[in-house]
Amino acid sequence: MPKDTGIGASTRRREDVRFLKGKGQYTDDIPPAHDQAAAVFARSTVANGVIKSIDTSVAESMPGVLAVFTGADFADVGGNPAGWLINSRDGEPMKEPKRPVLAHGKVRHVGDAYAAVIAETEKQARDAVEAIEADIEELPAIMDVKAALTSDNFVHDEIGTNQCFDWGWIEDNRRATDDAIKGAAHVTTLELVNNRLVPNAMEPRCSMASYKESSDEYTLHTTSQNPHLTRLLISAFVMGIPENKLTVIAPDVGGGFGSKIYHYGEEALVLAAAKRVGRTVKWTSDRTEAFLTDAHGRDHVTTIELATDAEGNFLAFRTETYANVGAYLSNFATATPTFLHGTLMAGNYTVPNVYVNVKAVFTNTAPVDAYRGAGRPEATYSLERVIDKCARELGMDPIALRRKNFIKPDQYPFASAAGLEYDSGNYDALMDKMEEVADVAGFAERRKASEAKGLLRGFGVNAYVEACGIAPSNLVGVLGSRVGLYDAATVRVNATGNLSVMVGAHSHGQGHETVFPQIVADMLGIDAQSIDIVHGDTSKIPFGMGTYGSRSLAVCGSAVVRATEKIIAKAKKIAGHMLEAAETDIELKDGQFSVVGTNKGVSFGEVALKAYIPHNFPIEDIEPGLEETAFYDPANFTFPSGAYCCEVEVDPDTGKVRVDRMTAVDDFGNVMNPMIVTGQVHGGLGQGIGQALLEAARYNEDGQLESASYMDYAMPRADDLPFYIVDHSQGTPCTHNPLGAKGCGEAGAIGSPPTVVNAVIDALQSGGKNVTHIDMPLTPHRVWSAMNNA
Amino acid sequence: MTKVEMTVNGKQVSRDVEGQTLLVSMLREDLRLTGTHVGCDTSQCGACVVHVNGKSVKACTMFAIEADGADIKTIEGMAGSDGSLSVIQSAFQEHHGLQCGFCTPGMVMTAANLLKDNPKPTEAEVRHHLQGNICRCTGYHNIVKAIMAASGQDVSAIAAE
Repeated sequence: MPKDTGIGASTRRREDVRFLKGKGQYTDDIPPAHDQAAAVFARSTVANGVIKSIDTSVAESMPGVLAVFTGADFADVGGNPAGWLINSRDGEPMKEPKRPVLAHGKVRHVGDAYAAVIAETEKQARDAVEAIEADIEELPAIMDVKAALTSDNFVHDEIGTNQCFDWGWIEDNRRATDDAIKGAAHVTTLELVNNRLVPNAMEPRCSMASYKESSDEYTLHTTSQNPHLTRLLISAFVMGIPENKLTVIAPDVGGGFGSKIYHYGEEALVLAAAKRVGRTVKWTSDRTEAFLTDAHGRDHVTTIELATDAEGNFLAFRTETYANVGAYLSNFATATPTFLHGTLMAGNYTVPNVYVNVKAVFTNTAPVDAYRGAGRPEATYSLERVIDKCARELGMDPIALRRKNFIKPDQYPFASAAGLEYDSGNYDALMDKMEEVADVAGFAERRKASEAKGLLRGFGVNAYVEACGIAPSNLVGVLGSRVGLYDAATVRVNATGNLSVMVGAHSHGQGHETVFPQIVADMLGIDAQSIDIVHGDTSKIPFGMGTYGSRSLAVCGSAVVRATEKIIAKAKKIAGHMLEAAETDIELKDGQFSVVGTNKGVSFGEVALKAYIPHNFPIEDIEPGLEETAFYDPANFTFPSGAYCCEVEVDPDTGKVRVDRMTAVDDFGNVMNPMIVTGQVHGGLGQGIGQALLEAARYNEDGQLESASYMDYAMPRADDLPFYIVDHSQGTPCTHNPLGAKGCGEAGAIGSPPTVVNAVIDALQSGGKNVTHIDMPLTPHRVWSAMNNA
Repeated sequence: MTKVEMTVNGKQVSRDVEGQTLLVSMLREDLRLTGTHVGCDTSQCGACVVHVNGKSVKACTMFAIEADGADIKTIEGMAGSDGSLSVIQSAFQEHHGLQCGFCTPGMVMTAANLLKDNPKPTEAEVRHHLQGNICRCTGYHNIVKAIMAASGQDVSAIAAE
């Protein structure tokens, strides 16, 4: 049984107390500096246009205005780069147009900032923005990904194409895949759209910069999931501020879901403004700006084919995907539709042939990048929808068809046909557990009950495997990543025996302040309350890569383990000295160092004190102090997997779908805090059901975002969602990290969308409607139309 | 500028504000009560819910001058004078009803108002009452559970950890 506070315990979150009392300190909550000024941006109202002129003279003379910036002010600074170089099938490197701090020459999406005003107050800055005279000649908007590839109207004239890359994975498998499909007994084809989403972290972005002339130092407080990565991008690429002259602090951050991984131009602007006007400069996004400028997610148009033999054995998956990357390449925009998507296109299956083609396309829309799941939801959706359609065509049970093709537990490590080596898993056990906890056997009765109410009831199932714990630096380097993807931790034992643990991961809802102490406390046998986590401040923490891709525990948690192991090793040396015994004879148990086989011992606290008051200390053998750092670079991705099902009720008169039961059974490997893991799954399910039924970032043909507020973008609300059934009892530990942990942050958003859609199709089929596919979101209008056109 | 006087979390306060100053701006900027958050610009998200004369109000929908003379309670006024969490706040912690914490103040204020009017709400009633509060982290499961638990109902049957 887990202890109350160690690994495996559902320790209540310590960070909750300040949030519940209204004492969290998000960037916008930081007390204003005595010299604080405000930044407000002038943003394009057209999707595509040539900037003929910008007249800022009136704005500059308005009350309170301190400075006005335009793109020309940043013409000489570097661009905000893509973090991953993708080569096209023909070997050509991807097109990488410059992403400036402020639009210069052209505006490329509605919301694209072309000027900024710094003023004493936000209101004065807003008034001055209104007075900027911009002559922008509107051009036709490039919106459709397929039409964009044949158009001679370019988002970026200098590259002469709207295609960023045309990627094949794995190109050497193409012919074999084509042949397998050509000769197959059965081929199921499905065209689908993975709908564009807006991440919508509840805290809008906010950035505040100050500059100290005496030491030439900058401080940037910003809403970031990865302050070191932000600093690296600003220093090495965008502004050239030396890293040792720039402190980036991400304090409490109100959710990210991917959208706060990236460096945005607003951060560079407030830094430049702080220096120019010699004041603290803050910008806070409003929600409309967030809709227009936060990196969006998904937006794939895909054709997928599944070839099987007559018995339903999978022979090949082949996909062609058009991935909308928006107007500029956001930092992970090129990795998301490729190596986080194509490599998962073998799913949970022993299928021998996989070929994935992804064409990334520039359009006059906000940049698209990683959003909760990042590529894996797109892969799972395509796979699990076409498998469901295939089951229906073959007249097979959808669970049986999946089971028939599952990788079996004795096949690990398993080299998937899409190029990854899965280390562990047990998909049948997950499916067994799912059938049990979801009471699948009781579905028929529940369907009868729904039908008695005049409703159609459907059952949908799904299996997924995803790649988390990103990522092995050596591997991703070969694949085009321009960064390493290790993480780091420093464990500092203070003289009085309490600990500060500085981590490179960033908590913006994940509960790191609670979970990391659980791990350290468990290893040292001390009270978790004596351990504090420090995160989010580049001046205090080691260089870490931050939190995304469900990596915090698997990568940074592993660094915490390694650093703690070093602490134990050194503490044993000190204890050995204190006890006059060899360090190899010292054992640590329950916070006590003792000589094996004797009752001689010293407490952890006594060792800590000795380390810092090294009287009678063998300084020639042991350094004073007790502080250790570890960088952990994973040997492989981790591979969480799951079996999901749901039951929906569809009202045939209105097309309205209600999710009645949603079950998620996941393999996350070893679980540190079941309460937090369950909460992570809940959140993912909420977003996944939102994608399936409600959410859509909809642009019109002129490039206006029609769903740019909570009045128009259907965020899931409490009464749209059910209680969930969540289970993670079937974990198979990750084989290559010290915690055996796989990562749980994105699973719910990966597993749920196809589950819901499969269930709706099943409901319609049960009502005699030959509907085989509806694109998400499955709004009442779409469902009703599909039913009535069938 | 207009002088407004009100009681905020039991303390008498007085400020000169412009006519267009929203209550939420006065709370956050003038009184530095930053627990009340701003998550949208269309009065949809509910992160700024406070109590005005005992009723839940989105503080972004009200001018400060409209609150002249009112009794206001914000999230900072919910804990006991000794700093201990209220029943609702404790239930949110116990049932993991918050993750990033940004929507939490509004959720707690809305929940408190619900339980005042409806001491034993059903699941459906809780969900309906939360329509004006958006959370992006929790999928609402544990928020609904926490509110039902705070009302004294047995929630042990609602999905285990």
